[in-house]
Amino acid sequence: MASLRCFLRSGKKAVTAVLRREFHGTPPAAVQVTVRDALNQAMDEELERDERVFLLGEEVAQYDGAYKVSRGLWKKYGDKRIIDTPITEMGFAGIAVGAAMAGLRPICEFMTFNFSMQAIDQVINSAAKTYYMSAGLQSVPIVFRGPNGASAGVAAQHSQCFAAWYGHCPGLKVVSPWSAEDARGLLKSAIRDDNPVVFLENELMYGVPFEMSEEVQSKDFLIPIGKAKIERQGTHITLVSHSRMVSLCLDAAAVLAKEGIECEVINMRTIRPLDAEAIETSIMKTNHLVTVEGGWPQFGIGAEILARIMEGPAFNYLDSPAVRVTGVDIPMPYAKILEDNSVPQIKDIIFSIKKTLNV
Amino acid sequence: SRKMTVGARVVVSARTYADFTPQASFDIKKCDVHKLEEGPPLQAVLTREEGLQYYRTMQTIRRMELKADQLYKQKIIRGFCHLYDGQEACAVGIEAGINLSDHLITAYRAHGYTLTRGGTVREIMAELTGRRGGIAKGKGGSMHMYTKHFYGGNGIVGAQVPLGAGVALACKYLGKNELCVCLYGDGAANQGQIFETYNMASLWKLPCIFICENNKYGMGTSVERAAASTDYYKRGDFIPGLRVDGMDVLCVREATKLAAEHCRSGKGPILMELQTYRYHGHSMSDPGISYRTRDEIQEVRSKSDPISMLKDRMLSNNMASVEELKEIDVEVRKEIEDAAQFATTDPEPPLDDLCNHIFYNDPPMEVRGTNPWTKLKSIS
Repeated sequence: MASLRCFLRSGKKAVTAVLRREFHGTPPAAVQVTVRDALNQAMDEELERDERVFLLGEEVAQYDGAYKVSRGLWKKYGDKRIIDTPITEMGFAGIAVGAAMAGLRPICEFMTFNFSMQAIDQVINSAAKTYYMSAGLQSVPIVFRGPNGASAGVAAQHSQCFAAWYGHCPGLKVVSPWSAEDARGLLKSAIRDDNPVVFLENELMYGVPFEMSEEVQSKDFLIPIGKAKIERQGTHITLVSHSRMVSLCLDAAAVLAKEGIECEVINMRTIRPLDAEAIETSIMKTNHLVTVEGGWPQFGIGAEILARIMEGPAFNYLDSPAVRVTGVDIPMPYAKILEDNSVPQIKDIIFSIKKTLNV
Repeated sequence: SRKMTVGARVVVSARTYADFTPQASFDIKKCDVHKLEEGPPLQAVLTREEGLQYYRTMQTIRRMELKADQLYKQKIIRGFCHLYDGQEACAVGIEAGINLSDHLITAYRAHGYTLTRGGTVREIMAELTGRRGGIAKGKGGSMHMYTKHFYGGNGIVGAQVPLGAGVALACKYLGKNELCVCLYGDGAANQGQIFETYNMASLWKLPCIFICENNKYGMGTSVERAAASTDYYKRGDFIPGLRVDGMDVLCVREATKLAAEHCRSGKGPILMELQTYRYHGHSMSDPGISYRTRDEIQEVRSKSDPISMLKDRMLSNNMASVEELKEIDVEVRKEIEDAAQFATTDPEPPLDDLCNHIFYNDPPMEVRGTNPWTKLKSIS
């Protein structure tokens, strides 16, 4: 399996390598692509592939996207397919769901998932539940996407992680990409999926470049929803994470490798349906588990993973209780020193690993 | 003349006696207008064929709802049940003004629309009783019924309005000259998301007919106690509006035709307020007399009943005979009885259907049961 090289990015400014899009001839060999560009290219290709796909949200068209994720798309596809909305989440999310019910394939962008709370009724009650309530008469092929979780200095109302909230609901698929390859393959899969998909991006990852192989660059490269990926093989302990925290896990693993501790790092990729099997298989090898997430601890992603491990075959393979590393159970503060100490740092992961391994 | 379907059948009167009037022109109430040059014409032409169809459909809705009332009191229907009797002219009049290829969405008082949009009494009643022969296989219930181009049946007040505008967006996007009728009540009319929708529908000129069914009460709250402005037809502000006598099926039809023409000509959305009345309380758990008097209900029944109004018009213009209409009543009653029989004897859904229909077009998957050892199967 090709391994991805990543730069140490926690605590340091990310180097942004913005690639110009000249891909429509023969793709070159492996290239460096940022998460932002991977998302942009995925949307571009899917817009081209299927006329029913369209994008709506605040600033997605003429502004090129609040975070420039949709840069160039309006220029290429025009008003019909890239639609700027007023600041009315409940309204435009509902409109997007209705359009999906009537045969289109909308991508509904929330500027951040914090604002999706205004529209959450449409996501859950109108989108997620409808196929079931109608006993298969009415499907809703929609993607809700946008940045999720903590950013930098945006304080409490703009920093919440919604993975657990959306992950709770049947009828939704919830996806949380980490790398550029994840972003590309999962967004394409999400757009092609005939069901409502919540696609949780991360603002701090947008500018991070990753190597992308030729295979990944191909127009039909898809990553299946519901399958985790082992980013780093290891034997002593299993680390399970999603989104930006995968970077921290890999960084922690690199540090610990020097001390002879080999961590297996699993990138969940999908929150719902959760790939419990991948985690169980890993635990049966390593006998130890630490989950790492940016969100709050109570009723969170780690809580669910630990509960499943308790209930499943891997429990008997644990040599010590599984633990969670999470965001601190507080609204996000503003001051940098406080903010830095509100989310897991590499040292917190290392500390938890060593406690679990009793070293 | 327009063909109406009741359920899946096309209903055409079998008898055309030589001495019946084939069609007549009726005065209809003038509509108040808002930002519109002209309202609908003050006269409507009704053919004998149309009259019989409207009569049959309204009577079917009426009898179906009354049967649902009975079944609910016998505890054969449970949960929520919001009945439509009194408002029949709205559903039937609207359908007469659009095509089945158009789209429609409403809130939870939806049984009448499920019928006019192509559902059968049988599958509607079996859905109310939660049986496998129900229109949603028993998994939706009263508030979640769907047919082609009919998007329910929606339980969250107001949420259906942005959805309807989304359907209209798809109509415009796909260029098929279809429109979406998007209904809500006087209670929902104060919802913020509706104003958000007015804004976007207007900005983007979506082919959407917003229709407020004003039956004077949002649950137990009269319109005067809920809305600072009860001129619901004006609440769209920049959207042209008209206020319509919702008890007169012809008035509703003519207004709908005007509204449909407006949308199809690319002018964007339009708003209709239908002034109507529900005989039942808000739902079966509301007797409906704590916030209004029995006298008021009786007055509407005797002076403005939509079915009586149509019947009187047809009889006094020799467009049908008393016997003929009675025969329709008998046929309708039989249809309802048969449907109720089916709805009470059809078995409940099989337990292995419990976890199906989570995702569309997906391979089978496992769903956790109530405990870790129970793994249930789910197929698309």
